[in-house]
Amino acid sequence: MPTVAPLDLDGHVVAAAFLGDVPFFASATGEIHRLDHGHKVSQANDGLLACVRDEASDTLVTGGEDGKVFRIAADGTATLLSEVPRKWISVVAAGPQGAVAFAEGRTTRVRLADGTLKEFAESRTVEGVVFAPKGLRIAVARYNGASLHWVAMAGQPVDLEWKGAHNGVTFSPDGRFLVTSMQENALHGWKLDTKPGAETRHMRMTGYPAKVKSISWSAKGKWLASSGAPAAIVWPFASKDGPMGKAPLELGTRGDVMVTAVACHPAEDVVAIGYSDGMVLAARFSDNREVLLRRPGKGAISSLAWSGSGKLLAFASEAGDCGVVDIAG
Amino acid sequence: MTDTATQKPVPVTVLTGYLGAGKTTLLNRILTENHGRKYAVIVNEFGEIGIDNDLIVESDEEIYEMNNGCICCTVRGDLIRVVEGLMRRPGRFDAIIVETTGLADPVPVAQTFFMDDDVRSKTELDAVVALVDAKHLPLRLKDSREAEDQIAFADVVLVNKTDLVTPEELAVVEATVRAINPSARIYRTNRSDIDLTKVLDQGAFNLERALENDPHFLDHDAPDHVCGPDCGHDHSHDHDHDHHGHHHDHDHHHHDHGHHDHGPSPIHDVTVQSISLRGSEMNPDRFFPWIQKITQTDGPNILRLKGIIAFAGDEERYVVQGVHMIVEGDHQRAWKDGEKRESRLVFIGRDLDREKIERTFKACEAQAD
Repeated sequence: MPTVAPLDLDGHVVAAAFLGDVPFFASATGEIHRLDHGHKVSQANDGLLACVRDEASDTLVTGGEDGKVFRIAADGTATLLSEVPRKWISVVAAGPQGAVAFAEGRTTRVRLADGTLKEFAESRTVEGVVFAPKGLRIAVARYNGASLHWVAMAGQPVDLEWKGAHNGVTFSPDGRFLVTSMQENALHGWKLDTKPGAETRHMRMTGYPAKVKSISWSAKGKWLASSGAPAAIVWPFASKDGPMGKAPLELGTRGDVMVTAVACHPAEDVVAIGYSDGMVLAARFSDNREVLLRRPGKGAISSLAWSGSGKLLAFASEAGDCGVVDIAG
Repeated sequence: MTDTATQKPVPVTVLTGYLGAGKTTLLNRILTENHGRKYAVIVNEFGEIGIDNDLIVESDEEIYEMNNGCICCTVRGDLIRVVEGLMRRPGRFDAIIVETTGLADPVPVAQTFFMDDDVRSKTELDAVVALVDAKHLPLRLKDSREAEDQIAFADVVLVNKTDLVTPEELAVVEATVRAINPSARIYRTNRSDIDLTKVLDQGAFNLERALENDPHFLDHDAPDHVCGPDCGHDHSHDHDHDHHGHHHDHDHHHHDHGHHDHGPSPIHDVTVQSISLRGSEMNPDRFFPWIQKITQTDGPNILRLKGIIAFAGDEERYVVQGVHMIVEGDHQRAWKDGEKRESRLVFIGRDLDREKIERTFKACEAQAD
């Protein structure tokens, strides 16, 4: 039986993440909590808006209302990487070779490990940034599409156009697809490996009753799980054309409770599903089998993260009632 | 229910007004006066606002057209993001103020609070307040449509800098504001010296409170209602539709706003029209399809609509309001003894077909059965 170790914090917790086997919880106040032989706290931003895990260096990268970008080490130490005074940094991304991307307004900045800053201007506000799985390249989500920039080169970006506001962005792990989440309760995908000069291949993934705020690729990149519905919506990406013409899986369906966070298991075709009432389930793709991991709590699940071994699942909540599930018990 | 779901929505006040109309002065007053409330302020530029004391967020106005086939469905993308961030720590402030740039269209700001589910679940649009520079309004109306839109869309209009104009000029400016927006509350101010309780926490978009606070809402017979040129009796539109309207009006290009025949009108540069409808008790089976249809077909031309509807056989007043294609309505309270059970509705917009709207509204009356 899975067991839950609760961690009750005050207020909205933005992200849960593991550094090694230590669970971290980044609070909207800027406090970074970790369960490392006891509950420990360090301070990052004065008002934390975004937090991602940097897989390459096993650290966290945060952005906040204070215009600062921090790197958080496994011992909780916060190191200031960059600062844009008086601007909110609500978009951060971590890349290869110690590179970090962040955005404010219409500008994306990439900070390289040696401290060099590269700027990339968009015509509209940057809503999301992500690094490509291979090469020092970023994708930027913005109004009417996404832009792809090579960080080291000054060349023209690749413009991927699709009408509407794009809020979040992700590459498939094999780099063949780019997927954005949209203001209009939909995902949009582009096939990136078409032959030069060939027509752009679009993938429309619609039908969500709410905005999609959480997306997660399965272990081998064959599936993309998403929030925004009363079930986790899991799109098949194994074939060369992605999910086109195929129906998604609907896992962990509940009546009137929305899925607010998803996280695919690091090895198995299993997704952890967090709901607006604080419940957490795990569901298997092959047979829809569900396991209850946590009963409903005080607030919506804001973030889910598996440990590298896949034995622990950390969950964060909008009301502060966080915790760690030990799957094996 | 969860903790987050039971939180009371945070009121949002939108401040509009042309450059130099006095928005910054008003904001500084709101931020420095001792009223016991804390405000988070979203501005386009920090400018001259005292930034040390309060939570002030600079945000680039970013208008997103919703990809749903409706050209008037626009939202402010930057507001969605900033409000989401602010609401993660709601204990820091009691209310939010959004200051728009002088040229801003107020509609996307307002629609954000109706169309985005996340924003809507945590906040509530309180009122749109427009500042008008009494001295320069006539000029503004000549050279921009935004100045007119801001007035047309407002719940409260502050006619500011009244010390710079003569009483006659002020009367003309006030009549112009009234012509553009007959349902707004209008106050005369110098250096934005308004009693803040008349600007903040108005509940103007809250259907129940809008009427509690303003018992004479849409009531043209009230003693303290200042009647503007377009007010009440629809005396100014007849020539548009009568048999010779377009012939004698040939030297005017916008013959649909209908003030040209009334002598030296102060409102030559007004392109917004308002249509005040008054009827008896309505048949809900006809009224609801009608208002749906009219907002679907004429939505792009409707800036605001507000009304109180009496339904036949219904003991409660029904209030409606809308922005473009968005319409909301709810029962407000029981009709009082002796209160006249009539339906009143005002449309503010452009290029509205007055004859069609009046005729089809009348056809919804229960007595037409």
